[in-house]
Amino acid sequence: MGAKDTVLRVDDVSKKFIRGEIHDSLRDLVPAFFSRVTGRSRADAAKRDFWALRNVSFELARGEAFGIVGANGAGKSTILKLISGVMSPTSGRIEVNGKLSALIEVGAGFHPDLTGRENIYLNGAILGMTRAEIAQKFDSIVEFSGLADFIDTPVKRYSTGMYARLGFSVAAHVDPDILIVDEVLSVGDIVFQNRCLERMNAIIRGGASVIFVSHNLRAIAELCPRSILLERGKVVEAASSSQVIRMYLERSGAQARESESKAVRVAQVRVRGVDHENVAFESGEKVYVDVEVECAGESEPFSVVLQANDDRQYEIFHTSTEYLGFPPIAMKPGERFACTFEMDLNLAGGTYYFGIVLFRFNNEKVVDRLYPAATIFVNSSPGARGVMNPFPKVTAFGPVTAPMERSVR
Amino acid sequence: MYKGILELIQRGDLLYIITWREIKIRYKQSVMGFLWAILLPAVIVAAGVIVRYGMSALSGKPIVAEEIAGVTVKGLVWAFFASTMRFSSTSLIGNPNLITKIYMPRAIFPIAATLSQLFDFAIASTCFGIALLVIRFRVSWELLWVPVLLAIVVALAIGWALIVSAASLFFRDVKYLVEVVITFAIFITPVFYDVEMFGKWANYLLVNPLAAPIEGLEKCIVYRSAPDLHWLAYSAAFAAISLLGGFYLFKKWEPMFAESI
Repeated sequence: MGAKDTVLRVDDVSKKFIRGEIHDSLRDLVPAFFSRVTGRSRADAAKRDFWALRNVSFELARGEAFGIVGANGAGKSTILKLISGVMSPTSGRIEVNGKLSALIEVGAGFHPDLTGRENIYLNGAILGMTRAEIAQKFDSIVEFSGLADFIDTPVKRYSTGMYARLGFSVAAHVDPDILIVDEVLSVGDIVFQNRCLERMNAIIRGGASVIFVSHNLRAIAELCPRSILLERGKVVEAASSSQVIRMYLERSGAQARESESKAVRVAQVRVRGVDHENVAFESGEKVYVDVEVECAGESEPFSVVLQANDDRQYEIFHTSTEYLGFPPIAMKPGERFACTFEMDLNLAGGTYYFGIVLFRFNNEKVVDRLYPAATIFVNSSPGARGVMNPFPKVTAFGPVTAPMERSVR
Repeated sequence: MYKGILELIQRGDLLYIITWREIKIRYKQSVMGFLWAILLPAVIVAAGVIVRYGMSALSGKPIVAEEIAGVTVKGLVWAFFASTMRFSSTSLIGNPNLITKIYMPRAIFPIAATLSQLFDFAIASTCFGIALLVIRFRVSWELLWVPVLLAIVVALAIGWALIVSAASLFFRDVKYLVEVVITFAIFITPVFYDVEMFGKWANYLLVNPLAAPIEGLEKCIVYRSAPDLHWLAYSAAFAAISLLGGFYLFKKWEPMFAESI
């Protein structure tokens, strides 16, 4: 019974938009009609087609959290709109089994002149709740939002953060089978963001499925085991989230650099062990990062910064030639420069990314950035888990007869 | 289409809340509050009364209380229909967020616009009813026709509201077209006059589907007589086709809404 466990099936879905102006008044139709009669403008019809999505397929199982990663304009929002039914696909099929609720923009249904209380009812009904259901959950919604003191104030007097909090609180109480979340965690303070993540985790644990779109890669990595990477409307990768995120960063990094021509740029980055180039290391091993910089035009002196992030994109550390006592590097056009960082790889097992930034510490300007410049995989015997491996040891182990002496301050 | 109707019934609570929002906002934003519900109908009724006075002055026949009551009934119904068309033309384009961001059966918007106007109509009618009681108006069995006749008017209104709302989403100038049509339609609808005044031409006026129920309402409330059944049947059929056809077209166009708004 495979079908029973699939709550959403997106099957070979494409969506076409038409670029440029469309006639939105009857008056415009008259000249348009004549130009069609005379046979002009036929030719550029095909040129104006724009495929926002092309042959996208994926499935979502019950209780699964699924991420969609991609640059702006990759088609993320379009696919969510197709799934939620706001738009219909040009071709392909979308099958939804169960109650679907979309958090595409929190508080989209709010009316500024109505109070928080009235908007809870309005928005709740828009998201598919009945009045009885809203009344029953009302207190819980208000409590979650933390806006009890302002609940009878018109929402036009709310701050953006309050607006979003109220919106998310209503949406979080819908109890859908499938929850679609698009970039809602970018609002609100850290405490509220964490509560949202917690709440989404609770929704997933409660058996619902979640589709999550965000530029917050860390949140995707934490919440979703599996993701797809969209690029110009096509699925370029469907795999585990950490793999998809890495691929996204590598591809977007490469793209960003191609588009710009800089006077000074990172030409090459190589990670190696003591003797040869490598990507997989043992924890505690020595690792060398060779950086080569080339200069095409005039530039001011800069330092080389090496940063390392874990697979959730937390920074683990960064260092620089400046911190390590080397002077800023001044280069003339046509010159090349190289430096090598040596480190003890005291990291726990996992995937890590190196980035190189050419940075001017005197005016805090980024000259060039390459991220991820390299990816490494670290193996460790699991003596330490997390990010760091301080090579812990147990030096005493066994029953004792007397309690430990308390140190006196 | 059957699925669409079922969906609307399932989202009944949403329809209720959107209607309630329309009403609430309208009255929250204005100082005069509920007086607005009476103002437009009052203006139309006043115009009707003036026209009737003019007619009686020309013909030399003295004006009777029944005529004024009749013009009031017709004015109220016309005010409801005209403002429904006016409000429904902006009911979709006034909610771009809800159309492009969230899915819901969009037919709720024009229907809610109609229902919120119906609410205003109810307030104005209540005032009129009280006035009738004050002048010791006689109640009769013919009043049982009133819900039937109003149902025809509401069905017509919803059917055309669906079409007008969708059309003005695709073409922004439909809104102005609606205004123009409303302004002139009062001359071909028996509001200020009765169709009988036109003798054998009366039938041409009754082709307007709004004419028979409006005339009928005047007859059964003021003159205590049954409406003309033939023309009423025609209007009822027209209303049913408008309602179903309007909903059908609306559903057909709905998938394009989010991209076209």
